[in-house]
Amino acid sequence: MPTISVDKRELFDRLGREYSTQEFDQLCFEFGIELDEDTTEEVAELTRNNQPSEPPQLKIEIPANRYDLLCIEGIARALNVFLGRQSPPVYTAAPANHTRKLRIDSSTKDVRPFAAAAILRGVHFSPSSYASFIDLQDKLHSNLCRKRQFVAIGTHDYDTLAHTGTFTYQGTKPENIHFTPLNKDKEVDGYQLMDLYSQDKHISKFLHLIDKSPVYPTIYDSNNTLLSLPPLINGDHSKIKMSTTNIFIECTATDATKLEMVLDIICAMFSEYTEKPYEIEQVEVVNPDNTTHLTPPLQPRQIKARSSYINSCTGLTTTAAEIVGLLSKMGLPSTATGEAEYDISVTIPITRPDILHECDIMEDAAIAYGFNNLPRTFPKAYTVAAPLPINKLSDIMRREAAMAGGTEVLPLILCSRDENCAYLNRHPDELKHAVHLANPKTLEYQVVRTSLLPGLLKTIRENKHHALPIKVFETSDVAFVDQGLERKSKNERRVGGVYNDKKGSFEVAHGLLDRLLNMLAVHFLPSDTRKEAEKGYYIVESDNPTYFPGRAASIVYRPPPSDDQDNDGAFASLKSTLAHALPDSLKDLVNSRDRVIGSLGIVHPDVLNHFEIKNPCSAFEFNLQEFL
Amino acid sequence: METEQLQKFILAELNNLGSIQDSRKLFYTPISRHLDQPNDSLVLQSSLQGLQSKEMIDYKNHETYTYTLSDEALDLIKNGSHEARVWACLSTDEGLDPKEIITKVGSTSAKVGQGRAFKQNWIKKVDNKFFKNVLDIEDVTVNNLVYIQAHNTLNDEKELSDLKKRKLIKPKKLLHFSIAKGPQYSPELITFETDLTSDMLIDGSWKNKSFKKYNFDAAGALPQGGALHPLLKVREEFRNIFFEMGFEEMPTNQFVESCFWNFDSLFVPQQHVARELQDTFYIKEPKVADVSDKEYYNKVKTTHESGGFGSIGYRAPFSEDETKRLVLRTHTTATSAQCLYRLAKQEGGFKPCKLFSIDRVFRNEAVDATHLAEFHQVEGVIADKNITLGDLIGFMEVFFKKMGMSQLRFKPAYNPYTEPSLEIFAHHDGLGKWVEIGNSGMFRPEMLAPMGLPDDVHVLGFGLSLERPTMIKYAINNIRDLVGHKVDIEQVEKSEAVRF
Repeated sequence: MPTISVDKRELFDRLGREYSTQEFDQLCFEFGIELDEDTTEEVAELTRNNQPSEPPQLKIEIPANRYDLLCIEGIARALNVFLGRQSPPVYTAAPANHTRKLRIDSSTKDVRPFAAAAILRGVHFSPSSYASFIDLQDKLHSNLCRKRQFVAIGTHDYDTLAHTGTFTYQGTKPENIHFTPLNKDKEVDGYQLMDLYSQDKHISKFLHLIDKSPVYPTIYDSNNTLLSLPPLINGDHSKIKMSTTNIFIECTATDATKLEMVLDIICAMFSEYTEKPYEIEQVEVVNPDNTTHLTPPLQPRQIKARSSYINSCTGLTTTAAEIVGLLSKMGLPSTATGEAEYDISVTIPITRPDILHECDIMEDAAIAYGFNNLPRTFPKAYTVAAPLPINKLSDIMRREAAMAGGTEVLPLILCSRDENCAYLNRHPDELKHAVHLANPKTLEYQVVRTSLLPGLLKTIRENKHHALPIKVFETSDVAFVDQGLERKSKNERRVGGVYNDKKGSFEVAHGLLDRLLNMLAVHFLPSDTRKEAEKGYYIVESDNPTYFPGRAASIVYRPPPSDDQDNDGAFASLKSTLAHALPDSLKDLVNSRDRVIGSLGIVHPDVLNHFEIKNPCSAFEFNLQEFL
Repeated sequence: METEQLQKFILAELNNLGSIQDSRKLFYTPISRHLDQPNDSLVLQSSLQGLQSKEMIDYKNHETYTYTLSDEALDLIKNGSHEARVWACLSTDEGLDPKEIITKVGSTSAKVGQGRAFKQNWIKKVDNKFFKNVLDIEDVTVNNLVYIQAHNTLNDEKELSDLKKRKLIKPKKLLHFSIAKGPQYSPELITFETDLTSDMLIDGSWKNKSFKKYNFDAAGALPQGGALHPLLKVREEFRNIFFEMGFEEMPTNQFVESCFWNFDSLFVPQQHVARELQDTFYIKEPKVADVSDKEYYNKVKTTHESGGFGSIGYRAPFSEDETKRLVLRTHTTATSAQCLYRLAKQEGGFKPCKLFSIDRVFRNEAVDATHLAEFHQVEGVIADKNITLGDLIGFMEVFFKKMGMSQLRFKPAYNPYTEPSLEIFAHHDGLGKWVEIGNSGMFRPEMLAPMGLPDDVHVLGFGLSLERPTMIKYAINNIRDLVGHKVDIEQVEKSEAVRF
């Protein structure tokens, strides 16, 4: 959200009274802007110490969609209307003897195809209004115009330009450009211009918007004076000064809607200072296909609204007439139409492009009424609470693990590729199953983890000062690529634990695993009765490289028979994984329902070394979703 | 010396003497000597502690020091102090310069001895040459060392500390004790039981036993259980509040989202600043999402581009490539959108619902004390026909009151998918000011209508972070002390239970 700084004295003069910081804060709060800072105290302090200071400022945070509040003119106008001190201005087209034209040449089509213009006549700037005029352009450029990508604004001293004839917006080859940029004393061509500004702190950021185009956007007057090279810089010839009284405003754009919004805002805000306030001289834009339209259009939109809808959203029982009163506080002139359903007609001024729908009217009515004055009710519907089954299962595991002496930790879900794979002695191919980020700011965030182990081991690494043994666990999600799904990825809920002590202690990790599974009514299947058992789990030696050879095992789960039907697809692949993991002598023990759900073992010394852990660890990790 | 025997001896001596002023004077017959050797104090002390814990005696420690000589000191005794050596090498009539002194007595003696001899006026200096100033000297340093060698101490404290500084003598601390009868004194040694045992219960002996006085200041034995993470304890409290209020948990176990669900379906414009690279993690692999419901997709696209359902739309281009990009979800609202979409499609038509989730979200932010790239979002959604802003505010009052926040106020705000949007402020009594605690609002018709929800169904939404209230609760200033692998396990173990 943008924050703007306004002169406190000037704002209170415009509002016609003094406000204490608290009073003004309250006013802002009700209207929906936020007083961030009042520098009065700070300035007083500087003055006491005989240090230079600017007059006290109010720093105000503006909602991101209210471009009409980005300058003191707009804020004062909106608050005055809100306070009933002023009626909303009506922006009108100035009568013109002959309407100036801006012709858009088709050569702009591929670089910056849209343009619009307007003229403000008889403006008398003061130092503060002049500064505000420049500042509003900066604010718009960085917000709505997205760093000039969507729209760029140029303002000129109209009296330095040809007084008749047509302005032309065209694409010009860099070598054909002859131009003295603003505040420079030497004429340059297009290439020299790019060089000139390549090191400029401010302008260099915008060069990429056009530097690959064979033609640069240019605006000429009928004397063939090049007045602007949007979106970079104006010409020095038509430089605007504080003494300028007639202003030519041109905007060029890649987005037609935002073009209109920007020109509307500039004109609406600064037509306050024209000879006849709020009068704007339109310019006729001639499109490449010779169709024409006037800019800014100055055609207020009409939106119809229903008091029934507004009341159904707010919980009020206001009449159409009352809503008309509320909307006028928000700068929205409206009338009660007397019609049965759509009983309110609202005129949307050019300053309010944020209004898209009847719901935006409803919001303004609610703000005018005061959110904090609305009758407070309680939703009537009876609904039944329910946890997500996997979260309920997770909570069972978390409590059991903690009761068994484990400390729950909360590592990050993002990690580096190495931590997720090489550090665990895993084959690089395993990274193919991981979700990879495109634009991380650091190496720590390259992939979404596919195992809980890196986070658990990193936590142990950072807790060397803790007395041994360290017993940590986590119940959380990892993610895998799954090309069959809409989002090409799925989460998997896992339970993982690591035991760190002076010796490997396979049996400790195993003991916690036993406990957790027993609490899910899943019991160990001893090898002698394993074959005929209905349901349970066992562990078999594996060659998982994360673990110490001979101290590595796969956790094998045998679900009850009824589970089988819905898991055919997953089963086929698991069966082959399992067959691979088993030594030949054990193969005949395996029931067709058995599936590998995780791993268990003493962590390989190389893995410990990668994670800078000095003492042995035993660890386990399994997929909890098997037990849903 | 056995402790028990020694204890009996001390009790007997106290019986004879009434009190013992200096334990070094005790003559202990089993070893036929006084208890005045340095090693005696340790054994004595443990015996005395045992008696004191039974309150049979009171005793006080007294410290004394003895001194032993260093090798250098032994050399001085043999060959004279450095100052004496310097004095001895000089004469009264023929001066030596400093270099010549070094040649005669060596550099160590010259360095130390010259100054000290000078200080005592033994020598004088004329024209950078040194001469004997007196004809006779008394070597005090050596005399003192000889005395210490014989007596292990010296009566002159200043001289002792000087010799100590010069590393000529080494101090050794000695302990002796003064002993008096305690409240439970008896000339016989009584044995106290430390604890009640099964055997005592069986044979009834507990009735005749004396029990050692218990130290009620001592900490209890540390239990062997583990601990849940503080942030997840706060999560549990939030979940309980949601359950108490009839909410069903949403399936947020999906980190990867399409831009469609994360942004477009919520009516966040494709040009919105939140979608830029510096705010959102985009996914490199896998590459693009599918569009699963083409009809719904088209409605969303049209609503963005040209409006519909009473809206004029954003009137900006809508790109299918953009909609199919994959991201790490920036908010759990992506899941809320899917739940509402399913709600619109469910058999039997719309039914009111209350939904919630608390899960991890991702932002491509620079990490600092209050920002991590991952945090937990708490989110609630209430959908019903003609549910109102008054319901939202009234609900919030009850919800936050359960967290101990009873004074709320609401500020109009902007959010692309809710209209109105209300920032929730609570009065923080400790800070004496209003602090922002969350966001809320009514979802825009442009989001709900394309899903097929009836016009009169309004949907309220609200959200807050889980980390912020947790950091306030546990007075944690740096989020990295709460989330991530750098968290101190001991802090997790110590973190208190959460009761809002």
